[in-house]
Amino acid sequence: MSRIIGPIARLAALGLLLALVLKPEWFVPVLKPFTENNAPVIYNQGSLLSLTLYHLGLVAIASLIGTALALVMGVFVTRKAGAEFLPLSRSLVNIGQTFPPVAVLALAVPVVGFGVKPTLIALVLYGLLPIFENTITGLKEVPENVVEAARGMGLDPTQQLFRVELPLALPVILAGIRLSVVINMGTATIGSTVAAKGLGEVIIAGLLTSNTSFILQGGIIVALLAVLIYDGLAILERRVAKRTGRLAEVAG
Amino acid sequence: MIELEHVSRRFGEQLAVDDVSLSVARGTITVIVGTSGSGKSTTLRMINRLIEPSSGTIRIDGKDTAAVPGEELRRGIGYVIQGNGLFPHWTVARNIATVPTLLGWEAGRTEKRVDELLSLFSMRSEDFAKKFPHQLSGGEQQRVGVARALAAEPGLLLMDEPFGALDPIIRAKAQEDLLAVQRRLGITVVLVTHDMEEAIHLGHKIAVMDGGKLLQYAPPAEILANPAHGFVERLVNGVDRPFRLLSLSTVATIVEPGTADGPPLAETATLRDALSELLWLKRDALPVAGPDGSLIGRVSLAALRAHAGGPA
Ligand SMILES: Nc1ncnc2c1ncn2[C@@H]1O[C@H](COP(=O)(O)OP(=O)(O)OP(=O)(O)O)[C@@H](O)[C@H]1O
Ligand SMILES: [Mg+2]
Repeated sequence: MSRIIGPIARLAALGLLLALVLKPEWFVPVLKPFTENNAPVIYNQGSLLSLTLYHLGLVAIASLIGTALALVMGVFVTRKAGAEFLPLSRSLVNIGQTFPPVAVLALAVPVVGFGVKPTLIALVLYGLLPIFENTITGLKEVPENVVEAARGMGLDPTQQLFRVELPLALPVILAGIRLSVVINMGTATIGSTVAAKGLGEVIIAGLLTSNTSFILQGGIIVALLAVLIYDGLAILERRVAKRTGRLAEVAG
Repeated sequence: MIELEHVSRRFGEQLAVDDVSLSVARGTITVIVGTSGSGKSTTLRMINRLIEPSSGTIRIDGKDTAAVPGEELRRGIGYVIQGNGLFPHWTVARNIATVPTLLGWEAGRTEKRVDELLSLFSMRSEDFAKKFPHQLSGGEQQRVGVARALAAEPGLLLMDEPFGALDPIIRAKAQEDLLAVQRRLGITVVLVTHDMEEAIHLGHKIAVMDGGKLLQYAPPAEILANPAHGFVERLVNGVDRPFRLLSLSTVATIVEPGTADGPPLAETATLRDALSELLWLKRDALPVAGPDGSLIGRVSLAALRAHAGGPA
């Protein structure tokens, strides 16, 4: 059953997303009840499409930077030379996660100004933890005798890392990236409070004018994006895991 | 030829390998045997410098291994470990091609070598080359592990409990495969096991280790007949000793003139098999057949008894 339901639900979500972004006027009848005093039903202070693309772009850049940072840190602390930095790095990354992104924005704006920069800083810090932890877990889970074999065959440390350890850890790392992207997808809405373009604008406009219809539009688009990306990355992960034979082990 | 000269290795306070000296002749199988923690793996891993000796010298064909960069040394030495350590994300073909790829062989040569090795281990290239390790049985994985170690035609093969994870039947087959391949390629093998039976069966020479020390280094017959006092004695003085002795020689060595009734034994059968047949068939002697099937004499219970006993 799930074989049929999965793709259908996916297609439905994608269709709904495209319609909301490209043809918002279609939803006037549904959203009308959520407005009062003849306020506009559909967000009218900018194109939803371009806001969606800005939003996606922001999350993409933050996730790329976050992934690069977390990967480098995760790899470093699992090497012999970096092992002693594990507790320190772990505390730093955890602070990044527990410190509220709004507070990061408030602290960053005086230093780097308004716009995209403070938002990126907040998103990168907030998304590090899952990628960092999963990189460490993935690398530690690589079977010891496989690494031993790699060394015994004469692979140097770099070759061991890139040909054996990282490819085998990839499914777990991807799961971390997936989590981080989804978290950032929602968190990115706060960027609009410091004038970074994105779907947060729609929600904030709704809040300022008590227009529930705007809030719903912004919220639903963000949620659909998150669900679809989560789903897409999960499929990619399964493909990668299948190649390494891990899925076969898990599934028995 | 491998020479270990006063080789020791410390881990902190512990002396894992304690002043071991031994030399392995080219083209032979040497088995290092001992209980868990006796320093077998450490000794083996010092030969390809996965572990550096704390003191002492190791030479391969006269050359001090410390003078060669570790990776370069290891690419020239086959290495097989328990549970085989195949790369799960690579196909069988790519696994086998690991060292040739590192050495920069051209694709055609590597591909040819992979096919050659698969057929050496009776695996059809069409069936196996594109499979992933998790799609193979344990025995097949083990053979691929050995094929991978032999890919770049090393003269020396190091094996650390290579058959440890196999069931008894597959294990016996893997041992025969190893003997056949070793004879055919003329390579030098150093193999680690904690199974005395396996050591006697495979080794031209056996090195017995305990507590990091090399207690005795001799051919299997010598170890059985004259075990060093103490640990080695206890290791080999089981009820199986006469049978182990018998399993070391073939019928050809004690065949005597004359005839006997009953089904003939092959002259290549071990004395242990001969004894088993005689007991089972309740006979005092059986005829022996040569390679072409013609009868060349007989083997008697009395001759077997003379061969199986210790010093009078
Ligand atoms: N990397 C290491 N660090 C610290 N101690 C080690 C290390 N490698 C081995 N040892 C110790 O050295 C001793 C010998 O280990 P080794 O692996 O050579 O034993 P072994 O004979 O191969 O045993 P087994 O049959 O269990 O594999 C053991 O007591 C072990 O705990
Ligand atoms: Mg060992």
